[in-house]
Amino acid sequence: MSDHHDHLSLYGRQLSSRILLGTAQYPSPTILSEAVQRSGCEIITVSLRRELPKGTDGQSSGGSFWDLIQKMGAHILPNTAGCHTAKEAILTAKMARDLFKTNWIKLEVIGHHDSLQPDIFALVEAARNLVADGFEVFPYMTDDLVLAERLLAAGCKVLMPWCAPIGSAQGPVNVHGLRAIRGNFPDVPMIVDAGLGRPSHATQVMELGFDAVLLNTAVAKAGDPALMAEAFGKATEAGRSAYLAGMLEPRDMAVPSTPVIGQAVFGEL
Amino acid sequence: MKLIVNGEATESRATSLSELLNELGFEGDWLATAVDSELVVEQDRAAFCLKDGQRIEILSPMQGG
Repeated sequence: MSDHHDHLSLYGRQLSSRILLGTAQYPSPTILSEAVQRSGCEIITVSLRRELPKGTDGQSSGGSFWDLIQKMGAHILPNTAGCHTAKEAILTAKMARDLFKTNWIKLEVIGHHDSLQPDIFALVEAARNLVADGFEVFPYMTDDLVLAERLLAAGCKVLMPWCAPIGSAQGPVNVHGLRAIRGNFPDVPMIVDAGLGRPSHATQVMELGFDAVLLNTAVAKAGDPALMAEAFGKATEAGRSAYLAGMLEPRDMAVPSTPVIGQAVFGEL
Repeated sequence: MKLIVNGEATESRATSLSELLNELGFEGDWLATAVDSELVVEQDRAAFCLKDGQRIEILSPMQGG
């Protein structure tokens, strides 16, 4: 179990869990619910799409999902996924706020089709506009230090660097870059968002001192998503505990762990 | 009146945004709306007068990462 005093604070909201889960690509709504529960996560990400009129069964797709997330009881973090300009992202954020009744927004402005790398210039522009409008922005970003500075100057209080392209499952491909961004902004809550593939990846970035992880595909596309969600939850906790405990730095030479004082000397037998 | 609703050309007799939602069978409190790229919040839909040629976006929650 986590230290009871080790809370994560995001825009003034205190959380005991350090894993955030996306809600897409699960085999079924039931499995999604189970994954959320078993991971221990308290924040789920959601999106917005064009609604269709009610079907002949009297249900709409948006309505069904709305009912499901209400029952989960997690905090909602809406995203602006699919937006390619600051203008699109700003309007989507405003629509999300009207619908979900939250000032939180996971700000995504995609700049590159294949890698889904963010358009960092539009990201900063959108962040500045949204913060001025009262939003609490969670920017999906690369691990660029200057970008981090610009986003903080724009008013972001949380940063969400990727560790690899979305859905790639590569894990931390630039540990040096992650270590640098963590080290340069030690007091800013940072969530590693995107690119995690295995629970050990979550442990690794938590050991680097990141405050939380956000993932979706690695859980949703696992053979048993609920079990994988639980594994990621434990791995995230393990990494956090290790970071707090203080880890031994690697050494070039062997050092005996058993004390040599008092060791018997038998001479030549 | 001709409107573009979620990218589809639509003929409508609605005069307000809330009437349009009713006319097209959109129901529920989980919708977000925009007209010509400007947000129209839920409480303003009844008083929002539509004009010929406007583009309406009607969004709802969906799964996302």
